[in-house]
Amino acid sequence: MGVPKILGIETEYGIAGGPDADPTLASSLIVNAYAQHGQSRVTWDFVDESPDNDARGYFHDGAFAPVIETHLANTVLTNGARLYVDHAHPEYSSPECRSPREAVLYDQAGEEIMRRAQLVANQTLDDAHQIRLYKNNSDGKGNSYGTHENYLLSREVDFRDVVRALVPHFVSRGVITGAGKVGWETDVARGASFQVSARAEFFEEVVGLETTLKRPIINTRDEPHADADRYRRLHVINGDANMSPRATWVKLGATALLLVVLEERGVGVFPSPPRRPVAAIRAFGADPSLRTTMESEDGRHLRALDYQRLLHELADDYVRREGAPDVGSEDEVAGLLAEWGELIEGVDHHPDSVADRVDWVAKWRVVEGYRDRYNLEIDDVRLRAIDLQYHDLRPEKSLAARVGLASLGTPEEIQRAVFDAPGSTRAFFRGECVRRYPEELVSANWDSLVFDVGAGPLRRVPMMDPVRGTRELTGSLFDDNPSAASLLEALNG
Amino acid sequence: MAEQERIQKQRTERTESSAATDDVAVDAQKGEQLKAELDDLLDEIDEVLEQNAEEFVRNYVQKGGQ
Repeated sequence: MGVPKILGIETEYGIAGGPDADPTLASSLIVNAYAQHGQSRVTWDFVDESPDNDARGYFHDGAFAPVIETHLANTVLTNGARLYVDHAHPEYSSPECRSPREAVLYDQAGEEIMRRAQLVANQTLDDAHQIRLYKNNSDGKGNSYGTHENYLLSREVDFRDVVRALVPHFVSRGVITGAGKVGWETDVARGASFQVSARAEFFEEVVGLETTLKRPIINTRDEPHADADRYRRLHVINGDANMSPRATWVKLGATALLLVVLEERGVGVFPSPPRRPVAAIRAFGADPSLRTTMESEDGRHLRALDYQRLLHELADDYVRREGAPDVGSEDEVAGLLAEWGELIEGVDHHPDSVADRVDWVAKWRVVEGYRDRYNLEIDDVRLRAIDLQYHDLRPEKSLAARVGLASLGTPEEIQRAVFDAPGSTRAFFRGECVRRYPEELVSANWDSLVFDVGAGPLRRVPMMDPVRGTRELTGSLFDDNPSAASLLEALNG
Repeated sequence: MAEQERIQKQRTERTESSAATDDVAVDAQKGEQLKAELDDLLDEIDEVLEQNAEEFVRNYVQKGGQ
């Protein structure tokens, strides 16, 4: 009953500078700069968006349901991604990808797109108003914004099982995928000088529909952007924005593998969750000594690393028996499991050995090294500047670019991902239509495209299955139909 | 059951750790290299860090998002 683990990441970037100290205006400048600089002006179509649907099976229409702005800068790119303004931040939603590795390439392409947009927008602004972008999750003053993962999941899985199976992973994975943070921002982490996770202290519920208030560890937004009878989209809001591509790979790969285990083996094989999941995500996320234990429902006292080991063993054992073609190639899955295991053992025994892959370790070494060298107090503001600059997208100011993070993918692959959609999902069809028919394609969203070919009404092309619309299935269609009109003809024929 | 698992795991770890001496050596070497790189970074970091850290950090204020 498993389904291909189509996946992707959406990132709200931090933004500073710009005219009138207005982050929404600055974000619009970023999006428009990129759209006008050789990229498409196709607009986003909100018709099928229903973020208020709840996976627990009921509708929300209360005042606290998420709101989507419809009047701001919003574009679809030739690589199949969406680039837009959301909550006073520029946001890049990657195209749907077929494997964790592919999704990491498109996440890095997103950084590159933001860097280009920053460069272009800043050419129109004077020195005092230059825009700066940050791939991080908070401002150090209690305001947080998200890096969300999305995974395609079989509709047959009961959502309560998703919660029970995944809570142990989501509360503990920060010890390897955390971005690290100097200081604390909310009362629950009061006094922490360095935290493993930038985002963990902002979680207040186990399960819920919110993303901006009372953030839940498991978000229930049930908006599959696909055939809802067959698919669910698990929308994961508890992760950190990683600068390390290897950490992003493990973050996506581990979760995707565990979802396959859940689909195929059921919730019974998963370790018992902590009795107090919210306390666990906060406590694990705040403790770089990694010694904190939390009591599980079956009475064991487990560290975050114990949970990670149990989950890694579970995934490893499953893959040995069954493989995981729904996640990626045999090579990729084997590599993922090896890397995941190495990061667990590394942070536990030799943190220096994983400083090239684990963001919080890389950041902590720089912070501690700098503090030692100048004999600084623990709350010296320069340490906070180091934290912020770790995530700085200006090449001349980025510390992540200087700490020796291991790469994933070649510069050429990332460059291609900036312009070309993955051939492996329906993003290919979307991206090619944006590239080839910019005049006729009037709007697009995740599961449909709308064309205006002059004669007759607007024509909507639904794309309800994320695994169709691939290069293999539609590549020759594009070669045979140079115009949008003939493409629509052929699709009907 | 849980107890059994733990004992089993400890056994596996013990066998693995004696067989993994090479890996540890590789790790240590890699750690040395990373340490040297960190020293280089700390040597140049003042040129990369914002001149006025106080103002830089204070002025970074975001509207909350998702």
